[in-house]
Amino acid sequence: SSWWSHVEMGPPDPILGVTEAFKRDTNSKKMNLGVGAYRDDNGKPYVLNCVRKAEAQIAAKKMDKEYLTIGGLADFTRASAELALGENSEAFKSGRYVTVQGISGTGSLRIGANFLQRFFKSSHDVYLPKPSWGNHTPIFRDAGLQLQAYRYYDPKTCSLDFSGAMDDISKIPEKSIILLHACAHNPTGVDPRQEQWKEIAAVVKKRNLLVYFDMAYQGFASGDINRDAWAVRHFIEQGINIVLAQSYAKNMGLYGERVGAFTVICSDAEEAKRVESQLKILIRPMYSNPPLNGARIASLILNSPELRKEWLVEVKSMADRIIGMRTQLVSNLKKEGSSHNWQHITDQIGMFCFTGLKPEQVERLTKEFSIYMTKDGRISMAGVTSGNVGYLAHAIHQVTK
Amino acid sequence: LAAYRTDEGQPWVLPVVRKVERMIAADDSLNHEYLPILGLPEFRANASRIALGDSSPAISENRIGSVQSLGGTGALRIGAEFLRRWYNGNNNTATPIYISAPSWENHNSVFVDAGFKDIRTYHYWDAAKRGLDLHGLLDDMEKAPEFSIFVLHACAHNPTGTDPTPDEWKQIAAVMKRRFLFPFFDSAYQGFASGNLDKDAWAVRYFVSEGFELFCAQSFSKNFGLYNERVGNLIVVVKDADSVKRVLSQMEKIVRTTWSNPPSQGARIVATTLASPQLFAEWKDNVKTMADRVLLMRSELRSRLESLGTPGTWNHITDQIGMFSFTGLNPKQVEYLIKEKHIYLLASGRINMSGLAAKNLDYVAKSIHE
Repeated sequence: SSWWSHVEMGPPDPILGVTEAFKRDTNSKKMNLGVGAYRDDNGKPYVLNCVRKAEAQIAAKKMDKEYLTIGGLADFTRASAELALGENSEAFKSGRYVTVQGISGTGSLRIGANFLQRFFKSSHDVYLPKPSWGNHTPIFRDAGLQLQAYRYYDPKTCSLDFSGAMDDISKIPEKSIILLHACAHNPTGVDPRQEQWKEIAAVVKKRNLLVYFDMAYQGFASGDINRDAWAVRHFIEQGINIVLAQSYAKNMGLYGERVGAFTVICSDAEEAKRVESQLKILIRPMYSNPPLNGARIASLILNSPELRKEWLVEVKSMADRIIGMRTQLVSNLKKEGSSHNWQHITDQIGMFCFTGLKPEQVERLTKEFSIYMTKDGRISMAGVTSGNVGYLAHAIHQVTK
Repeated sequence: LAAYRTDEGQPWVLPVVRKVERMIAADDSLNHEYLPILGLPEFRANASRIALGDSSPAISENRIGSVQSLGGTGALRIGAEFLRRWYNGNNNTATPIYISAPSWENHNSVFVDAGFKDIRTYHYWDAAKRGLDLHGLLDDMEKAPEFSIFVLHACAHNPTGTDPTPDEWKQIAAVMKRRFLFPFFDSAYQGFASGNLDKDAWAVRYFVSEGFELFCAQSFSKNFGLYNERVGNLIVVVKDADSVKRVLSQMEKIVRTTWSNPPSQGARIVATTLASPQLFAEWKDNVKTMADRVLLMRSELRSRLESLGTPGTWNHITDQIGMFSFTGLNPKQVEYLIKEKHIYLLASGRINMSGLAAKNLDYVAKSIHE
């Protein structure tokens, strides 16, 4: 008999499972609006030019394949911290931070979660916005933390429930952990305005909460890396020592190379060293040390003035294409004769759009039109092109009229 | 340091790896999109085939599954996380984990961090005779609670370099079968130990042929020299094909909260190499080059020590296999080597054989003699 006869079939991953169902569909008009991977206007994956150039430079150098240190490529982690914090950041310049390379956003979040489970003794409660990225909950749970929520998205307006959020956050028990999406909230695309961020920072500081920022879209949201990092920087300037997970999957198109970073802002450089040593102790029994290829590419881009300039232009063009598709989708819906208010589509930002569609409507979109998205009505705008935006608008109108 | 060095003391990127990297760089059809959660299918299939053998009945009967992982460590961790959730009841953190005394020091942490509460050692190294303590090992297995998990080194035991003989493996398997003990193989040196892939995989394949359900954590760090690309594979051998689907679906859940999906570069290199008969042959040749150099260093060191008349017996240096050698030197002797002779080795007396080279053999032998 087998050891595994009692092992249950796990449910298909809701996000990645969408792509798998899409692949099986034979309809030529099919659209994959599931996973958050950027597509160009031809619906093709896009390898950034600066990435190709960096790869060519790296190949020419014929470097070795020796193990990285547990904390990863130093040139990369330093540049990553600077990108998030800003080169003039006091926290950055004083060295009162530690940044370790992580396995893209997920791996960085997980390292941080494990670190908090082990060393943040005040609370094991993590407050997520409602809704949040589907994988946040299992990541924190597997790290041994408990999940709570604060109001965030208002389904009636398809925008931020600011008063609800402020109300809930002001009631979070002191010294709990609160997770905030730095920009381009996933899945809703709804971000607080800067004035609202200021208020959130104030109440968070008052409640003495441990702030965990997830920044997976720096540059990708507005097209401006500094603007997208504004909230992170503001919180630190207010004296809030945050922890931060970064991903380069989307903004550098390095998805499968798994490039990310986890940062802890500390009281001073000495504390940062101690924290770093504990992070390494967590990483070693997980995968020993991180993969080099993607980090080398990212490091070269961030640290070479020319490549960095080129990258900033390319990330802006990705963001601009998405903003353009939002505009086109709304105008196409109007042309279809939809009487609904679709303003949220252009108000929202980043890769994702919370359409407001209900599960039954989503199911019809998939069954009748071969348009694939997650059940919560989230669409990845990156999957929308000038070639298919009309079809999408038509389909949405059909299921909502 | 567990990395291969050439006779010039330099890291060595395998020629076949450089070749394949160039092919990948030149292939414009390749991009950086996400791999599936379980990894690159061609990598998983080929990697598993390397360990289990082309004619493995487990493969032809569709009784295997695999998870591309971040190096051997990642494979061990995913396997440990799965076992903690699903083995011997659900979430049974009390299942004893047996790790050899000594073993790679990270083994312990992997299972502790995966949630297991009862980590034990099994006798392995006999310091007096400088070889395997088979009697102690088998005794520990007889006394272990049923269903205990045993971490076994597939070949080139780290740190002792001492492997059971095929006959000894048969004895180990017999006890494990009778006592319902679970084999979790760590295979980090296939090809690197003897220079022959099949020979180094003998133990794993024997257990499979004996009908065991087992895990095998593979690393391609050493035998492909792909240390920093983190290329590993967790192989799961089960009793029936239906289990594979269910087990892999649960593996996906674990992977999703650890790294979501694995890095593509290293897996592409390995998959491309293993799938091409010509590149595969080149790789085997590169591996043999590394293994042969280490074997040469072993015999050269031993013959020098013997001709110097260094006290003690030194046949263990050539009896042992793989990258490491347990010299049998005590901590004071080790300290002398480090402080006085600037020869760096671990306090346990473990040396990395590939750190030896033609130009330092005499110096090292003389120093050990002193």
